[in-house]
Amino acid sequence: MGYDLAFRLYPYAPVAAQGMAAQRHPVVIVGGGPIGMATALDLGRKGTPVLVLDDHEGVGQGSRAICFAKRTLEIADRLGTGGAMVDKGVVWNVGKVFHGDNKLFEFNLQPEDGHKNPAFINLQQPYFEKFLVEEIRRAQAEGAPIEIRGKHAVTDVVAEDDFARLTVVTPDGPYQIEADWLIACDGARSPVRTAMGLSFDGRVFEDNFLIADVKMTADFPTERWFWFEPPFKNAGQSALLHKQPDDIWRIDFQLGWDIDREAELDPVRICERVDAMLGQGVDYELEWTSIYTFQCRRMEAFRHGRVLFAGDSAHQVSPFGARGANSGIQDADNLAWKLDLVVKGLAPEALLDSYSSERAHGADENILNSTRATDFLTPKSEISKVFRNAVLELARDHAFARPLVNSGRLSLPCVYDGLPLNGPDAFEGPARTRVGAPCVDAPLDQGFLLDRLPGAFTLLTINADMPAPDAVDGVALNRLALSTDAHDPSGALRERYLGAAQSAVYLIRPDQHVAARWKAADAGAVGAAMRTALGKEPPA
Amino acid sequence: MTLILTPNIPDPDGFYDELLALHDGLSKEESDALNARLILVLGNHIGDRDVLRQAFEAAKPPPEDG
Ligand SMILES: Cc1cc2nc3c(=O)[nH]c(=O)nc-3n(C[C@H](O)[C@H](O)[C@H](O)COP(=O)(O)OP(=O)(O)OC[C@H]3O[C@@H](n4cnc5c(N)ncnc54)[C@H](O)[C@@H]3O)c2cc1C
Repeated sequence: MGYDLAFRLYPYAPVAAQGMAAQRHPVVIVGGGPIGMATALDLGRKGTPVLVLDDHEGVGQGSRAICFAKRTLEIADRLGTGGAMVDKGVVWNVGKVFHGDNKLFEFNLQPEDGHKNPAFINLQQPYFEKFLVEEIRRAQAEGAPIEIRGKHAVTDVVAEDDFARLTVVTPDGPYQIEADWLIACDGARSPVRTAMGLSFDGRVFEDNFLIADVKMTADFPTERWFWFEPPFKNAGQSALLHKQPDDIWRIDFQLGWDIDREAELDPVRICERVDAMLGQGVDYELEWTSIYTFQCRRMEAFRHGRVLFAGDSAHQVSPFGARGANSGIQDADNLAWKLDLVVKGLAPEALLDSYSSERAHGADENILNSTRATDFLTPKSEISKVFRNAVLELARDHAFARPLVNSGRLSLPCVYDGLPLNGPDAFEGPARTRVGAPCVDAPLDQGFLLDRLPGAFTLLTINADMPAPDAVDGVALNRLALSTDAHDPSGALRERYLGAAQSAVYLIRPDQHVAARWKAADAGAVGAAMRTALGKEPPA
Repeated sequence: MTLILTPNIPDPDGFYDELLALHDGLSKEESDALNARLILVLGNHIGDRDVLRQAFEAAKPPPEDG
C-alpha cells in the first residue's frame, strides 16, 4: 500500500547484496514503523546486528496515534529518545465529558508525583517515529550495527527450521535475503503473516470513525473534550476534541456503520461538521482526514520458529484507550533483550516462547479494555443503550457513576502475573512492584530510579548489603545498592519498594520488569531466579 | 458475604407500592431508563462484587422445565 510521506528519513539506495547470492543476517526486521524502529534501536544498542527493511522511504503522513503513555516514554527514555518526545509533546491533565448539551463532569488526572515522565503526552505518530530514527542515526554513529533499507519491500517469506528466506523487491528489481531471526513489524495487514498462512482472528466492530486533524490557533484549553450524543449537527454518536503539538487538534466523529465513505471524506462535508462543532468564526485548516473502522484481534502465538511478530502484525485493538503503539512498544521492550541473549548464545531459544506468552497476555488485557470501551461507545443492543445512557444521566449528579463512563481507559503496562519467567515473590511488598510488574519510577537523591536501570539485569538492594556475582552464566548482572537514608529524600522509594519492610532485594530484568524479590537474599537465590528469568530452569 | 434471599424488607406491601408509584405516568421507555438507573444505584450501594454476582444469578430467568 502506498502512502504520502511526512518525513523522508531513509531514501532508497541500492546495496551490494542486490547483485549477490542471498546474504545471511542474524536479525532482519520487516517494517520500519514505530515498533520495528524501537526494536532495531534496542537490539543495535546491545550490539546485535540488525537490518530493517521498509517498503517506504520514511514516515507516513497522518498522525494516527497521538496519545503516548508513561510506560512508552520510559522505554523511549531507556532507548535515549524519551526527552525529545516529552519536549515536543503536549501534556494535558483535564478532561471533560459531555452528554448532548450537558457537561456531565470533568476530571483532573493529577499524576502522582515523583515520576520522571508524565502520565502521557499527545504527539503525532510521525514525530514519534522520526525521533526513533534520529536516535538510530546517533546510535549508528556510535557504532551500533543497525542498517535501514528504505523502499526494500518484502514480498515473500519462507520459514525454514532454523532461518527464514525473504524475497525483497526494490526499484532495481528483486533479491533474496536470509535471516537467522525474522521480526515481522509490518503492521496490521502483515504481509509476512499472510505469506506464512497464519490466522489473525477476532472481532470486527461495525462502526466508522472520521478523523479530522485541524490546524488552528483558536483559544481552546489544552483539555480532552468528549461528547456522547454530541449536540452539533451531524456529529454522529460521539465526538472528541484533543490537542496535539504545532496547533493541531484531533477531532473525531463516530459516524456509525452504514455510511458512504467517499461522500463523508469530501472536505466540504467534513468542514460542515467541524464548523458545527467549533462554532462560528473559528479559523482552521484541515491538516489530515481519514475514516477508519477497527477490530480487536490477535495471533494465537507471536513466535513461529524463527519468525517473531510484534506490534500491529501480532495484535490489533480499537484506538480507544490508545493501546496500539503503546502496547507495541512494550513488545519491543520485551523482545529485544531476549533475542539479543539468544543470538549471543547466552540464553536458550525457549526464552523467546516467553515473549509470546507474556505479550499475548498483554494483548488480551488490551483487547479486553478496548472492547469494553467500544461496547460503551457503541451499545450493541437496545438494553445496553438504556444502561449506557442511565450511567451518563447519573454521572452528572453522582460521583459513583463517573468511573462507569468509558470513553477509553488509558494504557497502563501489563503485569506478567503468574508467567514462567517469574521467580519468587518472597515478601509482602507493595503490590505495584510485585514480581512481573514493570518497576515504578521514583526520585532518588540524584535523578530517577529508572535511569539507573539501563537495559541489563540489575540487582537492586535497598538497605541490604549482600555479595552478588557480576554475571550469571555469562549474563551481566548490574548492581544498584541504595539506602533510604542516603538516596530517598522524598520517601517514594520506601513507599513503592519496601512498604512495611525494612529492606529489600529486587532482581530486575533488562526490560525493567521485576523478576524476583526478597527481604534478603543470597547469591544462590539470585542466581536461581536469574536462570528462571533466562528461561533456563523452572522457578524453585 | 452471601446474598440475602430471605424476607428482609420491613413492610413489604409498602415497599412494593413505592416501587410501582415511581413508575406512575411514565412511558415504557422512561420506565426502562428508570429501572436501569435504579439497578446502578443499588448495585453501587451493595458494592460487593460477589454479592452482586449472586444477585445476577438469582435474577436470571428460571431454566425451562423438561
Ligand atoms: C486513527 C488511529 C488512532 C490511533 N491512536 C493511537 C494512540 O493514540 N496511541 C497508540 O498507542 N496507538 C494508536 N493507534 C495505533 C497505532 O497507530 C498502531 O498501533 C501503530 O502504528 C503500530 O505500529 P507498527 O510498527 O506495529 O505498525 P505500522 O505503524 O503499521 O508500521 C508497519 C510498517 O511496515 C511497513 N511495511 C508493511 N509491509 C511491508 C513490506 N511488505 N515490506 C517492508 N515493509 C513493510 C509499513 O510501510 C510500515 O512502515 C491509532 C491507530 C489509528 C488508526
